[in-house]
Order: sequence, then C-alpha cells, then structure tokens
Amino acid sequence: MDFSLNEVQEMLADSIEKFIDNEYAFDTRQKYAASESGFSADVWKTFAELGWTTVPFSEDDGGFNGDQVDVMVMMQRFGRGLLVEPFLANIVLAGGTLKRVGNAAQRQKWLQSIMSGELQATLAFTEPQARYDIANIATTAAADGADWVLNGQKGLVFNGGSSDLIIIPARTSGKQEDESGITLFAVPADTAGMSINAYHTVDGLRAAELTLNDVRLSGDAVLGGTGDGFAALDATIDDATLAICAEAVGIMQVLKDKTVEYSKSRSQFGVPIGSFQALQHRMVDMLTVCEQATSLLLWATMTVAEGSAEAKRAVSSVKYLVGTSGQTLGEEAVQLHGGMGVTWDLDVAHYFKRLTAISQLFGNADWHLDKLAA
Amino acid sequence: MHVTFSPEELAFQEEVRAFFRDEYPEDMREKRDKGMELDPEDQIRWQQLLHKKGWAGINWPVEFGGTGWTPVQKYIYATEEANANAPLVIPFGLSMVGPVIYTFGSEEQKQRFLPDILASKVWWCQGYSEPGSGSDLASLKTRADLVGDHFVVNGTKTWTTLGQHADWIFCLVRTNTDVARRQEGISFILIDMKSPGVSVKPIILLDGVHEVNEIHFENVEVPVENLVGEEGKGWTYGKVLLQHERANIAGVARSRYRLRRLRKQVKSSVRGAAPLSGDKNFMRRLAAVEVELKALEYTELRTLAAVSSGKAPGPESSILKVKGTEIQQAIDMLYLQAAGYYALPYVPDQYRPDFADQYVGEEAETQSSLRYFNYRKASIYGGSNEIQKNIIAKHVLGL
Repeated sequence: MDFSLNEVQEMLADSIEKFIDNEYAFDTRQKYAASESGFSADVWKTFAELGWTTVPFSEDDGGFNGDQVDVMVMMQRFGRGLLVEPFLANIVLAGGTLKRVGNAAQRQKWLQSIMSGELQATLAFTEPQARYDIANIATTAAADGADWVLNGQKGLVFNGGSSDLIIIPARTSGKQEDESGITLFAVPADTAGMSINAYHTVDGLRAAELTLNDVRLSGDAVLGGTGDGFAALDATIDDATLAICAEAVGIMQVLKDKTVEYSKSRSQFGVPIGSFQALQHRMVDMLTVCEQATSLLLWATMTVAEGSAEAKRAVSSVKYLVGTSGQTLGEEAVQLHGGMGVTWDLDVAHYFKRLTAISQLFGNADWHLDKLAA
Repeated sequence: MHVTFSPEELAFQEEVRAFFRDEYPEDMREKRDKGMELDPEDQIRWQQLLHKKGWAGINWPVEFGGTGWTPVQKYIYATEEANANAPLVIPFGLSMVGPVIYTFGSEEQKQRFLPDILASKVWWCQGYSEPGSGSDLASLKTRADLVGDHFVVNGTKTWTTLGQHADWIFCLVRTNTDVARRQEGISFILIDMKSPGVSVKPIILLDGVHEVNEIHFENVEVPVENLVGEEGKGWTYGKVLLQHERANIAGVARSRYRLRRLRKQVKSSVRGAAPLSGDKNFMRRLAAVEVELKALEYTELRTLAAVSSGKAPGPESSILKVKGTEIQQAIDMLYLQAAGYYALPYVPDQYRPDFADQYVGEEAETQSSLRYFNYRKASIYGGSNEIQKNIIAKHVLGL
C-alpha cells in the first residue's frame, strides 16, 4: 500500500501545473470557452506535443502505457485549471473504447491520429431516453449485405460538433435494455445521414444531439465483436467516471482554497469574515470533504487500475461522494463568497458550474447509491 | 501508488490473524460476542498477553519497547483486532501517558514508569477536565503548589474514565498563576491514586453505567520528581497527548467491523419478519455510511503515512476525530433503527455472566439503544467536535 506518486507521475503533474500557471489564467480559459469550438486548438496541439494525449495507451499503440492512476493525476490538475480542452471526449471516451476493442488497423487509423491531435473524436454514450443506463440503446444497426445501416438518436455527445470521428453504440439484436446485442461502430462525422446539432453546456463546454438517418457503414466500421460491445462501453464509462471524479476533486480543492482566502480578505463589521466561527466551521467542513473525496478517489482509482473485484463499488462510491458532499462544497463556496459568488465574472461560479455538471454525469448520486445499497 | 499489500505485509497480516485466532482467550471472546463488558481483570489479562507478544506499545518507538510498526502494519493490526472483536487496550497508559513520558520525561521517569505501562501492571487514568473547565481546558483551576520537595495538589478533575480502577492518574495542574497567557503555568504531573487526600466519586452515564468519575484532591502531596518535563510546559505536552488520543478515537476498523456485522444481521429474518435488507431506504442509509467510512479509512492511512513512527499526528488528527465519531454515531443510529421496538427493553442484568432469567429481545437489538446513548459521548470527549473544528480552522486553514 502506497499513496505516493512515482517519478513519472510527478513529472506529469509538474508539467501540467506549470502549463496552467503560465498559460491558462482564468480569463484565457473564458476566452477559449467562448470560442466557436469551445476550446483552443493550439492548446490541444500542446497537449499532443507534450505527450499528454498518449498517456492511457499502450506502448504498442505508440502510447505512454499509463493507467487510470496516471489519468487521475492529470484530471485532478485539469480540474484545478478548469480546462475546457476535450481530453475526456478524445482520450478517455473515444480512445478508451478504441484501445479496448479496435483491431490493429482501426487503432492504427484512429488512435494514432487522436494521439497526434490531428483528429477530434468522441463516444456517443447515451440516448435521450436512456437516463443513466448505458445499455438502454434504441439506435439500431441493421445488416444490409456487407454494410450496416444505422438509425436512431444520441444525446449529449461531448465535443460532438468538433468531432471528426464519433463512436456509436447501436443495437444489433436484443431488447432495448439488454446488455448483449450492442455493437460499437466507428463513424466519421461527415458520413451521409448524420445530423449533428451542437450546443453549449452550462459548464462552458460543448455537446451535441445526434440524429442518424440511414447512416450506411461498411463492415470495417465495426469495433470488436458484433453484439458484444457492452463490456468495452461499460469499462470505458467507469474510466470516464473516475476521470471526472478526479476533475471534481481538483475543482473542490480550488473552491475550498479560494473560499478560505476570500474569507481572510473580505471584511465586514470591521473584521475579516473568516474570523466568524459560523463560517470557520463551514470551511472546516469543506476541507474535510476535500480530504474524504481525495481519499476515496485514490482508493477507487487504484482499485480499478488493479482490477479488483471491488472495482464497481469503488466507482460508485466516489461518484456518490462527489455528487453529495462535493456538490454541497460547491454550494458553500458560492454562499461564502456572498453576492460575488453568483456573478458571471467570478471564477468560483464557473468552477461550481462544472462541479454541478459532473454531478449529473454517468450516474448521479442517487443512481450510484442504489447500486451500493443493493 | 498501489492499494494492495506487499508480500511482507500479507505475511504480517497472517501473523496477526493467527495471533488473534490462537491467543485471544475463548472466554473473553464469548463474553464480548454476547455483548457483555469485560472485567478489569480480563482486560489486564488480555493486555498482558499482548505485552508477552511484544505488541503492547503499538505506537511506541522500538527503543522504548514499542513495535515500531509502519502505518500499514498498524492498519492491518487494527483491522484484525476489530475482526476478532477483541477489546481495545485501555488507552490511558499505553496510548496517552506513555508517549508523553517517552517524549518529554526524564531518564529516571522513563525507567520507572514505561516498563509497567507496557506490561499493564499499573492502571492509569486521565485528569484533564474539571467541573468548570471542559472545552476551555486552559481555565483549569486544580493547583499544585510547591512546598519543599513536593507539590500540594488541591482541586477536582472530572469525566475520569475508569478512574475507579486506577492506580495512577496523570494531571494537568496549575503551578503558576502569574502568567501572561493562561496556557502557561500549567504543568503535567503524575499522582499515585493511593495518596492521602485523593477520593473518587462515581458519575453514572445516561445508559446507567458507571464508567466515569469525579476525582477530588485535598492537600495531596506529590513528590517533585513526578513532574514531567518542565514546570509550566504542561499545556504543550497535553496537546501532544490529545493529538494521539484524537487519532486513536477515529475507530475506523471498529466501525468497519460493525457495518459488516450489520449488513449480515439485516439479511436474516428476526422472529419471522421480512429481512430488513428489503427496505431500500435503510439500505441506502447504510451504503452512504459505508462510503464515508471507506473514505475515512484512506484519510487515516494518508495522515498516518505522513507521520513517522512514535510521533503524534498534527492538527489533521482533528479531522479524523470529527469524522470518525460522526460515523460511529451514524452506525449507532443504524443499529437503533434496525432494532425497531426491541430497542426499548432495558434489562442490563442480562448481559452479566450470572444472568439466569429469561432473555428479552436479541442482543443486537436491546444493546443498540444503550450503545446509542452511551456513544453520544464520542462527539464530546477528546475535545468536542466543535473544538476540533476551531483547531482545524486555526492551525490548518490559518483562520
């Protein structure tokens, strides 16, 4: 048992922290978030140049051979900097699926260009009716000779408007909620019949609703075996859940620190508001939540990385804590900043919005608690 | 970064497991599993078995006869100890005054007191709180006036846990009233409970149990060599002790044991009722506490990993105390709720070995309310949780 970062992780953490300190001030972030694509293409190029895009991929694929712990180290820092670049969509979701089920040719074709930063990609992990059940897939893929024809809808496709490649789970057999009968397809965004309605999300990021109308694909678009895409989808969503929990923990630490700092500088009744015991105890609670969430994140991430039988419980546990105590921490940060906390200009509000978005993703607190209660 | 145990740690786990399986006396196991309290003689017998094994001074450095274990070894030990439902050692000697003596005491004091503490030959108790000094401990009024080669002690200490069995008491006393800060002028002294002028008055807690006491000192003569460290520095020593105490009262391994037992308990039917595990609300509450506890387990490991062996953890230990006791009380509440009507019968005699009458309810049910009542103390003792938050605000957040 050991909680220290290894040398490589230290270096990774260090390079991300330096990048954020030197090149990613909050107003820069806001500028990127307000741009057409919702992120900076230049920054994404930097991600690729520094090798950050290669971390969770095998050396055979030209990657860094990292695991969930390495991604955690990165995502925690991305959270601190409130980065808007589509690491989750490209690397964790699309890359995570491709590395699991892509054949050599597909990995060569897609994964290489994701890592090099030339290709934008994502995974269409949910549908409008599915709520948090990733097996709930109504989109169909029907065989037509050697081709497949896809019809249906996908919701909240992160980075959907900017993506060149969208991985689409579709039902090739079974009932709408069945885990078996799901097949994964690698679909270029410009394929005929794909209609992409891109929009902003409340956290400053981008997503899209996707309509598939007789989208015709050749057989080499299929990732993995026909009908058994669920396992890869499920494992990828677990990775993504851990990744956003790490991001959330980074955000929580910033919110706690900013609140404590603010309470020392803001004076009312002739004294800093941080001298009031009613507020001190609430900030202590925020610190405690940060510590608890960090601990659970470490445990959960290591548990998944080491392939323990407790992996599912671990993922649900940390997501539950982030969605309850973590969300409350965000509310407290806003409350303790007073009127300033509810303004667009203050960074705290934007950290809070991202934290709130994370609470809603990949199963909210209730959904995960039900899994833990079973 | 990894979560699994190394081969050495696994071997250690096996050794600890075997020890509890083979050496933990069967009669004590039976008593504890039936919810009965151990006699002081049982407790001492057990602690002396630990001493024989060399495991009495868990947190002590090797040079003073301690184990010198790593945080992970301590974690493994606490887990196995809880899983065996073995009693915790009485903390006042081994976890509290021992570390103060080996850290601040004179060579003579170390030789005089430490071996008997390790061997559980002397029962210690704690003299900190006073009737007028609870959270505001520095306001304490018990005086020790130097007269020739001894102090004369006058005053009252309270909430003295198991003081009715104690041979010695360690006390914070005021040796100087002419000081700029109230925290100065306080000294840490050791008092033989058999000294003339010491009297013990029981305080019965809300569950009906005699656990704590008020201790009166009336012109008690204490040799000057019983002063630990420097005169007037007792506050500093006392704080170190409290940090040891706070880390120890997080009780993570015990809480984990109790939650696991509760999970098992609610799966079975009681008197023909449907198992409580079918109650989704209850199970959600249970699961939520499990999450908090798992987080605390790793918070404790992270905190202890940052502290070298034998040293007290810093103000971060206050987080462990607050969260640990909140979780203990949440588990108490879960047991209480699981008991339903049968939380009500109050038949304390049925947990005595000589009880010959008919049992009422199941042990887990009727004990649930008594435990719940008794452990309201957890968020009050060792510095109330509100005081812990003051400490964290000041020393960790810099407020």
